[in-house]
Amino acid sequence: MANRRKIRLLAVISIILVILFVTWGLKSSNWGYFLSKRIPKIMAIVLTGGAIGFSSLIFQTATNNRILTPSVLGLDSLYMVIQSVAIFLLGSTSKLIVNKNINFAMTVVLMIVFSRILFRSILKKGNNNILTLLLMGLILGTFFQSFTSFIQMMIDPNEFLHIQDKMFASFNNVNTEILMISSAIILLIGFYSRKYLGIWDVLALGRDNAINLGIDYDKIIKTTFTIVSILVSISTALVGPITFLGLLVVNLAREFLDTYEHKFLIVTSMLIAVVALVGGQLLTERIFNFGTPISVIINFIGGIYFIHLLLKEGVS
Amino acid sequence: MKRKYLVLVLLLLSLISIFIGAKEINIRNLLNFADEELQILLISRLPRLISILVAGMSMSIAGLIMQQISRNKFVSPTTAATIDSAKLGILVSMIFFSRLGTIGRMLISFVFAIGGTLLFMQILRRVKFKNIVFIPLVGLMLGSIIDSVATFFAYRFDLVQNINTWLQGDFSMIIKGRYELLYISIPLLIIGFVYANKFTIAGMGEDFAVNLGLNYNQIVNIGVGIVAMISSLVIITVGRIPFLGLIIPNIVTIFQGDNMKKNISYTALFGAIFLLFSDILGRLIIYPYEIPISLTVGVIGSAVFLYLLGRGDKYGK
Repeated sequence: MANRRKIRLLAVISIILVILFVTWGLKSSNWGYFLSKRIPKIMAIVLTGGAIGFSSLIFQTATNNRILTPSVLGLDSLYMVIQSVAIFLLGSTSKLIVNKNINFAMTVVLMIVFSRILFRSILKKGNNNILTLLLMGLILGTFFQSFTSFIQMMIDPNEFLHIQDKMFASFNNVNTEILMISSAIILLIGFYSRKYLGIWDVLALGRDNAINLGIDYDKIIKTTFTIVSILVSISTALVGPITFLGLLVVNLAREFLDTYEHKFLIVTSMLIAVVALVGGQLLTERIFNFGTPISVIINFIGGIYFIHLLLKEGVS
Repeated sequence: MKRKYLVLVLLLLSLISIFIGAKEINIRNLLNFADEELQILLISRLPRLISILVAGMSMSIAGLIMQQISRNKFVSPTTAATIDSAKLGILVSMIFFSRLGTIGRMLISFVFAIGGTLLFMQILRRVKFKNIVFIPLVGLMLGSIIDSVATFFAYRFDLVQNINTWLQGDFSMIIKGRYELLYISIPLLIIGFVYANKFTIAGMGEDFAVNLGLNYNQIVNIGVGIVAMISSLVIITVGRIPFLGLIIPNIVTIFQGDNMKKNISYTALFGAIFLLFSDILGRLIIYPYEIPISLTVGVIGSAVFLYLLGRGDKYGK
């Protein structure tokens, strides 16, 4: 019961923060304009938080460790690579690029294919060596980023300028055009995942135990990775990459709750992610007036926490 | 691999490099000392060639020294927070000492680079667990923390674009009068060559080195000093060139072994060849425009590093 109470508390906090975010500084003269700007933005942020919390948690369950997350392995940079290559090959005026929803759907499909190849090739090799995997992931991220910029350089500069803002989202430039499709996908995934909650609990016991308990291990892993790729595509498409948010919220959720059950853990990490993003955005945008994207601050805190985790767990 | 072949390849690439550019150079006119051709050569092409050679050699050797004294094959200025600290230093000099000239900025960024590297070495000493992969991982993370501090202040002072364009490794802006600072790294390279044996001994471990009568701490400090100085020089004049100091010494070591005295000249040559080749590639792909060197090297370098990591079981331990 204690867990339920904690979750309720988190839910209340997130709702308060969301309301604060939407209503801050509203006057009778400006509310029409402000609401039309803020509601899509807050929706995008909440969806992103949910997607990141969910995907990081089940990814850690599937890979059975507490340091790896999809973005640490460079998955959100992969999204950028696919986008840039698509523009390069198809041109910025192609229907596949201009129509946001088609573009998004196409990228998601490619993400699923490529991330499966990626996971298969690197997870197989270093299965027992988490550190090699981590380093590979970080370098892979750098590789994808350089490759993205490389491709962007080769795109005709005029064409590129034209699409840059629309293509690459950030916290100051939230992509609101795909809100409908991404909310629908997230709802679907949430619905579809209900039957997996118990299976993930068993999966967390490790590969051998899970197989012994009668779980079709390979199939579950594949499904999990597919869900992860879709969710990462959503969050990256909406606000761009935030490397360490997933790592932070999942570990916080595990500290906060005393449970192994995914039905609690998933909800909690999603809520914590929402609180962190909305709260952080309120702080930087309205109170401190930093002009610094919140992802920079999250990466600073996340980086320190990551070193702490490494120093603590690296000994094993 | 014979050294003379490497020298030959380097000479060939240098020649190619001189004759590639938006403006064609006619050899016959050049031999007649036509004014226009000569000007292009002296103001743009030669400075570019020289700075590529010097930067390639010095970054590779900085990596080699770093790997010897940290006794880890995957440590380099990129993976030891050196470059990110140098970046922070440049930012600080832009914010607080905006009237300083290039040399002043270089010195401030040098101080930061040395501080960041020493901090990393200090963490290295604290960590009992010396896994080959663990250490660069900590270095990369330390680097990204320092980098996010820099980004934070860059946003506050509206310098994001400024610092990013500056630090994008790029040789296309190199012309006469803007690269001469790089010459400072030549004496540093000579010191590196002279101390090569001592770095090799330091690489055998502190106890062993002290037993052999080496002033271990002094050698390590000299090494860190050279590395930090070279890194901040290159970053000020050219920008960041990722992974160069990491992959070149590793490739050379595969063929030549661990004796630094023996492979330092190969490392220098190979580093210069690699950087020159990448630069020529970047100049040709979207000719007459250019792709900055940091991207070409970033793509090739991270791919090679991934390959090295993949074969890590066989080598590097």
